Amino acid sequence: MAELVTMPKLGFDMAEGTLVRWVKVEGDTVEKGDVIAEIETDKATVEVESSHSGVMVRHLAEEGTALPVNSPIAVLAEKGEEPSEDEINALVEEAGGEPQKKDEEKKERKETVDKEEKPEPAANEKEEPEVEPAGGVRSSPLARRMAEEHDVRLEKVEGSGPQGRVVKKDIETFLDSMREEGRVEEAEAVGKAMQPLTAFSVGEVPEDEVVEMSRLRQAIGRRMQDSNQNSPHFYLTRTFKTGEMMRLRKELNQLLPESEKLSVNDFILKASALALRQYPNLNASLEDDQHIRRHGHVNIGVAVAVEGGLMTVVCKDADQKPIRLIAQEVREMATNAREGKVRSDDIEGSTFSISNLGMYAIDDFTAIINPPESSILAVGAVQNVPVVEEGELAVGSRMKATLSADHRVTDGAEAAEFMGVLANYLEEPLRLML
Amino acid sequence: MSRMTMREAVSKALWEEMERDEKVFIQGEEVGIWGGTYAVTKGFYDHFGEKRVRDTPIAEAAIVGSAIGAALTGLRPVAELMTINFAFVAMDHIVNEAAKLHYMFGGQFKLPLVIRAVSGGGRQLGATHSQTPDAIFAHFPGLKVVSPGTPADAKGLLKSAIRIDDPVLFIENATLYQTKGEVPDDKDYLEPIGKSKVQREGDDVTIVAYSKMVPAALEAADMLAEDGIEAEVVDLRSLRPLDMEPIIKSFKRTNRAVVAEEGWRSYGVGSEVSARIYELAFDYVDAPVKRVAQAEVPLPYNAELEQLALPQTEDIYHAAKEVIYG
Repeated sequence: MAELVTMPKLGFDMAEGTLVRWVKVEGDTVEKGDVIAEIETDKATVEVESSHSGVMVRHLAEEGTALPVNSPIAVLAEKGEEPSEDEINALVEEAGGEPQKKDEEKKERKETVDKEEKPEPAANEKEEPEVEPAGGVRSSPLARRMAEEHDVRLEKVEGSGPQGRVVKKDIETFLDSMREEGRVEEAEAVGKAMQPLTAFSVGEVPEDEVVEMSRLRQAIGRRMQDSNQNSPHFYLTRTFKTGEMMRLRKELNQLLPESEKLSVNDFILKASALALRQYPNLNASLEDDQHIRRHGHVNIGVAVAVEGGLMTVVCKDADQKPIRLIAQEVREMATNAREGKVRSDDIEGSTFSISNLGMYAIDDFTAIINPPESSILAVGAVQNVPVVEEGELAVGSRMKATLSADHRVTDGAEAAEFMGVLANYLEEPLRLML
Repeated sequence: MSRMTMREAVSKALWEEMERDEKVFIQGEEVGIWGGTYAVTKGFYDHFGEKRVRDTPIAEAAIVGSAIGAALTGLRPVAELMTINFAFVAMDHIVNEAAKLHYMFGGQFKLPLVIRAVSGGGRQLGATHSQTPDAIFAHFPGLKVVSPGTPADAKGLLKSAIRIDDPVLFIENATLYQTKGEVPDDKDYLEPIGKSKVQREGDDVTIVAYSKMVPAALEAADMLAEDGIEAEVVDLRSLRPLDMEPIIKSFKRTNRAVVAEEGWRSYGVGSEVSARIYELAFDYVDAPVKRVAQAEVPLPYNAELEQLALPQTEDIYHAAKEVIYG
C-alpha cells in the first residue's frame, strides 16, 4: 500500500516549512529512519526521516517550495509495488490536496531511471552492483546504537574498520573531538569577533551591499519586533557578588575532565531555574487578555550565537537537574546549534530565557523578551572590581545582570524579589548543589 | 591440590567413582588386562576385577548398546570408545537410543550412562582416525556432551557425568593427556555440567574455546598480552547444554570475539556460538565474530600438512588481532 509523506510539524508554532532539498530522488529505496528530505523552518534546517520502508515513487513538491504542515510532499510505495497515476491522485485527494499531473519531462526521466536501476539479469553473479549497507554507512551494530544514543550522524564519523566501517572506537573518538571542538570553537569565535581590522586601505570606500535575509534572520526580526512593540518591557539591573561562585566553580572543575567543566552560565541557569519555582509569574506566558499561564515546567532557554543569527536551546526541567547534567546538555545542544544540526526538540518549549554576553566582556545590557515568555535575564561579565566592604575599599568579584519583564504579567516589586532570590542562590552557590 | 596430567585426572575420577559406588563399571576395547589404549585404566582390572572392568570385542555398537541396557537396569556403566571416530559405528545406539529413551518412555527410565571417547588429530593417525566430530553429537537433544580443557575440569566433570542420571558423551582430546595442572584431591570434587567457565579475564577481546583449544587460547592470550591486548578466555566445557552467559557477559564488555575449535568450521561449534552471540548481543557487536577451526579437508597424514590443517595457537592470536582491527 502506497503511503503519503507529509510536511512534518516540527514545533508547536510551525505553520509551514520549505522543502530545501530532496535527499531521496524518485526511484530510491528508502529504509525506515533514512533521511528523505531537508526542511527549513523559521528556526532551523531539519532532516526529515522516513517512518516507513519502501520506494520513493513520487515527489509532490519541488525543491524550494514552502508548504503548510501536513500537506503531502511525496508518495512512498512498498518495494515492488508500482502505484498507478490514479492511485497516487486518489491518495493526494484523500489527504485534501490537489491531484497532480506530472509533466512529460519528469515521466521520461522516471522511465530512464527505471531502466538504469533495473539491470538485465546478470549472467555472472559477481557483476551485480555492491549493495549499499543499511543507512548508507558501513558501521557495526554497536556503533549504530552508540550513534543513536549520542545523536551522532554516522556520515560525519570516519570509520577505521575494514572498508571504512565505523566501529565503537570511532564513535568514541568522534564524541571526544566534538566536546573539545565545542569549547575551542566558542573561544575562537569570541576571539575573532573582537580582533580589530587593522589593515584596510585608506581612501577606498566599499560599495553598498544588499544582502538577502535568511529565514532565521527574518524570524528573529519578526519575533523581536512583535515582542518589543507589543509587550511592555521593564528592566531591573542588579549587581551580584560572585566570589563564592567562582571559588566553588574552580574547585568543582578540578574534579571534572576538560570536556565536562562547568561554565558560569550553568550556575546562573540553575540558580534562575530554582528562583523561578518561587516566582511563577516570571515563568509564565500571557494566554489571552484575561489569562496568564504559569508553567509547571521550568524550561530555560539559552541564547546561542549561530551563523547569521541566534538560537535559543532549551534545558528542560532545569530546576530538577543537577548542574553537571545541565552543563552537559547545554554544551551538546549549543554545539549542535552552531553546526546547524539542532533537533527541533532542543529549541522548543522554553519558559524563561538567559542571554549571556559575559564572554564578550560586556558589563551590562538589556534583552528583548523571547515570546511567549514573560521575562529574560541578560547577563554581563564576571569582573574583579573595587568594592566597599565594611567601610573599606577592597577587590571583589561582581557580575551585573538585567531582567527584562513583561508588565502585563508581573510588576517591579515581584521581579525585584526574584532578583533577590537569584542573588541568594548565586552568592551561596552551595545551595545549587543540593 | 595435586599436580597431575589430564590422563591421571581422568583415571583418578574413574577410580574414585568406582570405589564410591559399586554400580559403576567400565567396558571397552583393551580397558582391562592391557590397561587402556591411553593407559587411563592401568591397574583397574587387578583392583576391581573382571566383572567391573570388562574387555569387549572390537564392536562399538555392542559396547554402547550393552551399556545402554545395563544403565536401564540401574547400573552406571562407563563405556569407552578407543576413538570417537568409531562412534559412527555405534551412532544408532548413541543418538536414537541413549539420547531418546528417557523421553520416549515418558521418563520411566533413567539412563545413567557415560560414553568416554577420545577425539582430536595431530598424531599422524590418518584422516579416519583423527577427526574432531564433537559438534555432530551436540546436535542431538537428550545427550549431554562434555569436553574438558584442563586436568581439574577433567576430574570434576567426569565425576559429575558418572553421578548424574542422564547419558553423557565425555570427549577427551588425546593430545591433552600429557598436559599438567593442579587438581583438587577432594573425592567429592564436582564441576557442574552445562556451565562455561572464564579461564582468564580480560577486557579487549573474548576468546571462546573448549578442549584442546583452551590451552591454545590461553597461550594466545599471553602473546596478545605482550602486545598490550587483554583477552578473556571462556571455556565452554560442555557443548550441550551450551552455557552462553559468561560469553555474553564478556562480549558486552569486549564487543569482539573469536571462537576456536579443533573441528571443521562448517556447521561447527563456532557457528553455533557466534550465531548465539549475534542473537543475544546484537547491539554490542562491533566486528564480525571470527571462527578459528580446522581446514576443510580430510586431515592429511603428512606431519607438516597435518599441522597446517589443524588450528594452532598462532591462528587464535592472529584472529584476535584481526577481530579488534589491531
